[in-house]
Amino acid sequence: MADRAFIASRKGLFELAYRNGEWKLEADKSFFGDPVSMVLHDARDGATYACLNLGHFGAKMHRRDAGSAEWKEIAVPAYPPKPQDSADKVDWSLRQIWSLEAGGQDQPGVLWAGTLPGGLFRSSDRGESWQLVEPLWDVPERTQWFGGGYDVPGIHSICVDPRDSNSVLVGVSCGGAWLTRDGGASWQLRTKGMAARYMPPEMQDVGAVQDPHRIVRCGAEPDVLWCQHHNGIWQSRNNAESWEEITAPLSSFGFAVAVHPRDGKTAWFVPAVADQQRVPVEAALAVNRTSDGGASFSTLRGGLPQEHCYDLVYRHGLAVADDGKTLLMASTTGGAWLSTNGGEHWQTISTTLPPVYAVRFN
Amino acid sequence: MAQIIFTQQLARFLPVPALETRAATLRAALDGAFADNPRLGAYVLDEQGRLRANVVVFIDGKRSELDEPLRSDSKIYVLQALSGG
Repeated sequence: MADRAFIASRKGLFELAYRNGEWKLEADKSFFGDPVSMVLHDARDGATYACLNLGHFGAKMHRRDAGSAEWKEIAVPAYPPKPQDSADKVDWSLRQIWSLEAGGQDQPGVLWAGTLPGGLFRSSDRGESWQLVEPLWDVPERTQWFGGGYDVPGIHSICVDPRDSNSVLVGVSCGGAWLTRDGGASWQLRTKGMAARYMPPEMQDVGAVQDPHRIVRCGAEPDVLWCQHHNGIWQSRNNAESWEEITAPLSSFGFAVAVHPRDGKTAWFVPAVADQQRVPVEAALAVNRTSDGGASFSTLRGGLPQEHCYDLVYRHGLAVADDGKTLLMASTTGGAWLSTNGGEHWQTISTTLPPVYAVRFN
Repeated sequence: MAQIIFTQQLARFLPVPALETRAATLRAALDGAFADNPRLGAYVLDEQGRLRANVVVFIDGKRSELDEPLRSDSKIYVLQALSGG
């Protein structure tokens, strides 16, 4: 059972510990004052990774090994030089590490990092070195990608298939959903059914312009994927062969989604009004949960602020622990809430944290 | 010899003692500093070898680019630009 959770914020990495039946913020903080864009606990070896985005001095990565209290700076992904004859308008330099995931159980030490401006990188040595996944960087459709959330495209979701570590689906804002079955050597767009309603009518079903805000995979039912998209919620039951749109109460707009690790029919969303008004509906924070694959939803509000609440939960601001009932969410205005009963009731962890980019359980 | 002084903002991340250099250009001076302190390079330059957007270098009171020539008594300050927030 998870006994630790991580909150990556604009001003450092905070940790929650479960002791004596209670989740509490730890007094100690890491990287205090510096933006931490992503955090990952690797269950395979117990290491924790923190991605920093030092405004002046670039993106950095640190690793804390199991049982250690010390962080060690490790390598960051680096883009190769852009060929002189390249027409690519994107600057080939690392802006930010936006997503970080462990490889499969049979690939110890393998990590995947999704970055701005859109490169996927792979490490086979626990982040001591990184290689750009060139076949994805080189797909012709990348010329159609554009910024969503940031000025440049970025990879925010990396879903390794637990049945086959060489099968990985990534989500790109804005560049669609891409699947490899050969460890990254070749990639296919997998957005059939999605709709980009911010595009001209004739372009709404173009794959490489879709803006999946976040995509998550059910560990026990790996063919089930949930996507909180810019234009709504989509679900796939066939490993992204096709996607079906789902309508949620209050609003289908939002950024975050979490899926139950063993039950692909259960997923959580944090609705916001719309893209032009990124706040909770009627300034009252709510979580939408479906337990039947999207046929119906419960709107959960227990313990959440219901007046003058303008908290937005960003892409990586919602996580579910391995038990499928402990949830943590945190907002871009520093609110953090934890539930131990699937979202029925939430405990306030803080309302005064720095802006939160990502939350994770161990 | 020319002197290189790094902002103490960097000392939060790694040691940045003041250095002396006989290099002819800023780029060569920095290359020498990074040879002695390999992690430092990625804090000052991006992976394409350009000065980071929010790092500034002043040589003898003048904001300078990497190809700036150095005098034997130049004073080089590598600082964080306030543009970076």
